[in-house]
Amino acid sequence: MQVPPPMAYFLQQLINGLVLGSIYGLIAIGYTMVYGIVGMINFAHGEIYMLGAFLALIAFVALSAIGLSSVPITLVIVLVVSVTFTAAWGWTVERVAYRPLRNSPRLAPLISAIGVSIFLQNFVQLTQGARSKAIQPFLRGGVTLYGGGDGAFAVTVSWLQIFIVVFTTVLMIGFTLLIARTSLGRAQRACSQDLKMASLLGIDVDKTISTTFVIGAALAAVAGMLVTLYYGVIDFFIGFLAGIKAFTAAVLGGIGSLPGAMLGGLLIGLIEAFWSGYAAAEYKDVAVYGILVLVLTVRPQGLLGRPAIEKV
Amino acid sequence: MLTKASRTTFLVPLRDGVLAGLVALVLAFPIVGLPTSETAHGLVLRPRIPEAIAFAVAVFLGRFALGVAEAGKPRPILLIALLVAIAAPFASAAPEFGAALAIGGLFVALRSALLAFPGVAGRISGGIRVPPVAIKRAPLVLLLLLVVLPLTPVIDRRLLDIAVLVLTYVMLGWGLNITVGLAGLLDLGYVAFFAIGAYAYALLSLTAGLSFWGALPIAGLCAAAAGLIVGGPILRLRGDYFAIVTLGFGEIVRLVAINWSSLTGGSQGIAQIPRISFFGLADFTATPDPGRRAFHELFGISFDPAHRQIFIFYVILALALAVNAFIARSRKLPLGRAWEALREDEIAAQSLGLNLQRIRLSAYAIAAAWGGFAGAFFAVRQGFISPESFSFLESAVILAIVVLGGVGSQLGVVLAAIVMIGVPELVRQLAEYRMLAFGVAMVAIMVWRPSGLISRREPSIRLGDAT
Repeated sequence: MQVPPPMAYFLQQLINGLVLGSIYGLIAIGYTMVYGIVGMINFAHGEIYMLGAFLALIAFVALSAIGLSSVPITLVIVLVVSVTFTAAWGWTVERVAYRPLRNSPRLAPLISAIGVSIFLQNFVQLTQGARSKAIQPFLRGGVTLYGGGDGAFAVTVSWLQIFIVVFTTVLMIGFTLLIARTSLGRAQRACSQDLKMASLLGIDVDKTISTTFVIGAALAAVAGMLVTLYYGVIDFFIGFLAGIKAFTAAVLGGIGSLPGAMLGGLLIGLIEAFWSGYAAAEYKDVAVYGILVLVLTVRPQGLLGRPAIEKV
Repeated sequence: MLTKASRTTFLVPLRDGVLAGLVALVLAFPIVGLPTSETAHGLVLRPRIPEAIAFAVAVFLGRFALGVAEAGKPRPILLIALLVAIAAPFASAAPEFGAALAIGGLFVALRSALLAFPGVAGRISGGIRVPPVAIKRAPLVLLLLLVVLPLTPVIDRRLLDIAVLVLTYVMLGWGLNITVGLAGLLDLGYVAFFAIGAYAYALLSLTAGLSFWGALPIAGLCAAAAGLIVGGPILRLRGDYFAIVTLGFGEIVRLVAINWSSLTGGSQGIAQIPRISFFGLADFTATPDPGRRAFHELFGISFDPAHRQIFIFYVILALALAVNAFIARSRKLPLGRAWEALREDEIAAQSLGLNLQRIRLSAYAIAAAWGGFAGAFFAVRQGFISPESFSFLESAVILAIVVLGGVGSQLGVVLAAIVMIGVPELVRQLAEYRMLAFGVAMVAIMVWRPSGLISRREPSIRLGDAT
């Protein structure tokens, strides 16, 4: 297959953007679910993702210390460890910092969430150290789609990139089925429409909200694990920027809408990749913030969301 | 056989305690117990399992004690907790663990004291109610203390430095209180205006040769203009959306400051910003430039390097007081009343003919101007600025001061700034844990008292006599 160089460059950015976007999408689901049900911005969600990345890193180091070399078994164990412990953090944060504030003024949970975020960042910094942590590349190799012999630009997809995109796609399909088909999903949809009515109809609202936080944290943990694998370097501060970007993704897709979060994640990933590839890479974060401001001011309901009508 | 009473007093708290301890163990085991550390051969684990277990046991004990206290036995728990809190720092081998145990013990003691003496508890849970006379006099006494502070012999350079820092945060807290307290808008990017003011002064003084006093109003105007431009489109947004957008704005300003190196010096920042002068009349140096006068010559006193610092202290005191006076005045003006009306009920206020957009914009831009003044002061005091000083964390700290003090309470901001900025500066060993405590305090105060420590805020206006 012959591809002209500009096209090859475009393809490479597309692949990078899709990988980045599927990770943002996973985090964005946590924001959008919580917003849909409790109506609050879980500002600490980025920190939960950071915890997931650290837990995955700890599991990796522990497994390589005992000399486990099988790639699939390592992946499964790391995934289970990271998801389990991160979900426990997600549950605790909701129980301690958000549940007591469920009926307080609108901004109180947001401020509490900022407090949680500051706490978690500094907690990890104090216990795990402030320096960035690097692990050995784990899943090496890949496919060269378009060979770059004689110095031409090569388009490559690594196995890891394929794994990330396939795995997130499977997770999102499973998650969509969970919301659409199970009784838990029905309870969540009911709670997102009307908390009080749902509780009158016999839905355990506290339990549903707890489960929502646990699921959101689990998905963020998967994202954290994938990032640890993909970049190989993490530090205690990664949660802030990733959190903002995922939140932007959720807003862009329409906050409260699950397909919106996935779409928004992909779009943000693509925008970031193409902006770095074609415009100024050092302003890629500014571009994301700019989109956030633009979407919220021009189309607050996002791409797939419904406009919120305030009733008096 | 356990009686029914002892079952509820001990078994239920025991169950809760075990559950809390187990959760704590799950949370702490990997993060606290298995820290990774860098070596030449990559990362290795350096297990600290005992610490993680100690953490879980402490959580279990605390939860159990609280449960027993809540179930009707607060007095013995109060005694035990106090003993633990006092003995822990001496008995424990690891100082950090002892300190943690002492804080935990104090917390349990406080909680059981509130349960043991419900009369006191009732008064405190309504906010710390200081007698009105004290509230009325407190600012005056505080002010007098501050005015004479630099002249008293107790003060040394370090203390004065801390006082200036605290006052800077008080000024920022009061400025942010215009948006958060009066207008009810949660601004998470206030530091942007602080940054704009600081860069405006630094650039004006270095390129145009303006003095601090000449540049100060311009710095404020620049920040206010930024507030007007940014505020215009975003003020229609609902509370939490507005908060996130302002956060984005704050970060954009910081990133631009990092990347626009030709103007801002990039992440290196701007150094050698000209120092403050005595109202342009004299400089604070031993040897003034030709054609300039030195401060000590002007007054015919001997040279002392502390003069500049004392002058800086009075400048920030005056600036902070100006913000305070502005707020006190504006609450009596139609504009301030409109801010508060919109905060209390957007729809009702709008249907009475208030222009939401314009009124909110005025609050946002005015707060921005004060932030800009504070920024110019920051630049002239430090002599060096870099984007690092203007991160989101800084916005969060200023917001925390406003929130912890009690949104809208002027005195609360002062108290919170002293506790949050002054105490950690005085006790350097705590500096490492400062932000950790910050986060915990923000959550705890929101859960315990969503309206802040001092919740004295009287309505600005009453209809008729409140009988």
